[in-house]
Amino acid sequence: MPSLNQPSSPVSRRDFLRSGARIAGMTGAGALLGLMAQRAGAVTHVWQIDPAKCVRCGRCATDCVLEQSAVKCVHTHAICGYCELCTGYFEPEPNALNTGAENQLCPTAAIIRKFIEDPYYEYVIDEQLCIGCGKCVEGCNRFGNGSLYLQVRHDRCVNCNECSIARVCAGDAFRRVPVDHPYLLKTSH
Amino acid sequence: MRARGLFIWIWLLLGLGATVFAAERRFPPPEFETDYVMPVAATPEPRSAAMQYVDLAVLAGGLGLATWLALRRRSRKGLIGLSIFSLVYFGFYRAGCICAIGAPQNVALGLFDNGYAIPFTALAFFILPLAVALFAGRTFCAAVCPHGALQDLILIRPVKVPAWLEAGLGLFPYFFLGAGLLFAATGATFLFCRYDPFVPLFRMNGSFLMVGLGLGLLVLGMFVGRPYCRFVCPYGALLRMAAAVSRWRIRITPNYCTQCRLCEESCPYGAIREPVNLPSTPQALAPDRRRMGRLLVLLPALILATAWLGSRLATPFSKLHPKVALAEAYHAPDRPAAPPPVATPDSLALARADRDPDGLLAEAVAIRKRFRIGGWLFGGWIGLVLGVRLMALSLRPARNDFEPDRSACLACGRCYTYCPNERVRLGLLAPEALPLPPATLAQPPKA
Ligand code: SF4
Ligand code: SF4
Ligand code: SF4
Ligand code: SF4
Repeated sequence: MPSLNQPSSPVSRRDFLRSGARIAGMTGAGALLGLMAQRAGAVTHVWQIDPAKCVRCGRCATDCVLEQSAVKCVHTHAICGYCELCTGYFEPEPNALNTGAENQLCPTAAIIRKFIEDPYYEYVIDEQLCIGCGKCVEGCNRFGNGSLYLQVRHDRCVNCNECSIARVCAGDAFRRVPVDHPYLLKTSH
Repeated sequence: MRARGLFIWIWLLLGLGATVFAAERRFPPPEFETDYVMPVAATPEPRSAAMQYVDLAVLAGGLGLATWLALRRRSRKGLIGLSIFSLVYFGFYRAGCICAIGAPQNVALGLFDNGYAIPFTALAFFILPLAVALFAGRTFCAAVCPHGALQDLILIRPVKVPAWLEAGLGLFPYFFLGAGLLFAATGATFLFCRYDPFVPLFRMNGSFLMVGLGLGLLVLGMFVGRPYCRFVCPYGALLRMAAAVSRWRIRITPNYCTQCRLCEESCPYGAIREPVNLPSTPQALAPDRRRMGRLLVLLPALILATAWLGSRLATPFSKLHPKVALAEAYHAPDRPAAPPPVATPDSLALARADRDPDGLLAEAVAIRKRFRIGGWLFGGWIGLVLGVRLMALSLRPARNDFEPDRSACLACGRCYTYCPNERVRLGLLAPEALPLPPATLAQPPKA
């Protein structure tokens, strides 16, 4: 115990406190690391939409941090009925079953309709045009086979730490999926 | 028109079907007679998982290099070079994600949400810069963090921020840190990511508001050194605490300080502190000691008071959690009984709530309970920060030299060449031109 007139050198006392705090900090970090390492996933996550939960609220088109949403419509042709009267393609009461823009549900005319053989038509999404609004998805799910659905496209998605659509998704349909299984595709009949 | 009639017929039938409950796959798959081949949906791959090892290696390498450049090489040029690289790699190429600033949130969520396995990259981005700061100060800020690098490179005409303002604004990062951890741990939202001003610039894409904020901060940053780092960055608050006890530190002079005062104004971040002579008798310190003692006694009361205030904030805070917000909207007295004719996102969310209102309510209640606990902790943290800052006012750090403050110094290396001793070391000045060290203060060169 130093006497009152001879205080221990403040510098060394401070250094001592500092090392103490440093060791405490290291211990804390180590403990945290140990605790978290047990739970840490080996792989990173990416965001994806569970098509079963999506309610086609339209926020995918508006709430992505990217100006052009990273969410696009995806078509699983194996489920598609190839209907002449595609309820994902046509407005509820189309003037005619042709490719006239006024008949189409899609605001950007992103669905390409092609005659295959009587009576089947093929529908393909042009991802350059699709804005991920989900209008076609709604039509297809409500009245058709549900072969159209929305997915986060990973060539566009910048994989935000917190997806800004996920926060506002009306269907609570976004979730983190392992990077090696980055899609939640509908498969077949 | 045949098609039209058929259409209406189907429409009616299916419309009825759809109201019962959306059963998909209503039509059988076609049996093609031609040799038509079905297209398969493309699944463009995300950035490969292996690339995260590259990120980690760049981070570790960058930290090592920055530390060496700042502490050993004492090279501002080298740090500028590394800053440009980090800005390009972590900023523009990696588009700002994952970054150390956001990582504490992943850690908080990982700790409190069993369903969330934190990616080890996020864990490493959280721990590595902090571990380095415990030993070598904030060399991460110097040249590895893309946010720091961007602001450092655009600083052209620094103005001095008055000390009182600096001290006041400097508290905000601690508050922000506390709030961000609270919202992340409760699974509500990632505040640091949401209000990150520079990531939209790195992506050259984003909402008008955030891009505008980023640009505004950049313009401000041309005159006020690193405004985000000093007055906002929550990870900076963590680094400050770590750097405060660092083993090694930035010293302006390579050997000893002659108190020539040439470096006094060199730091654009207000980190340089003047020498303080301790009073010769310990008695002179008595008033400080008494004040310190009083504060120490008051500290628990302060913490308790702010903690209580924090717990009051739990209810409003919890509304930022989407589940709580939905449960509130669902149980709101003025909720419209019937959904609107044209569905809106909100009405769709309410319809979802309607499928399991009790489950949702239970979840919301559980979340709010977590917010209550979190609110106490958050409030207590605020009190602690305030209390410690007050106590720091009555501490008299003994300093013989002009020295950077450990916590505030961003290790940018600007001050080095202001020191004549450094100029001698670099061969820019003849040793004879040196002012003589004041006899009373001469320090032997540190080994
Ligand atoms: S925000 Fe959610 S519910 Fe709305 S369209 Fe996108 S995935 Fe579907
Ligand atoms: S993670 Fe980001 S980029 Fe990807 S879909 Fe969500 S908001 Fe868009
Ligand atoms: S309707 Fe919307 S989701 Fe469907 S293809 Fe067009 S833009 Fe894409
Ligand atoms: S290295 Fe020097 S100039 Fe740079 S922040 Fe530290 S004290 Fe200021």
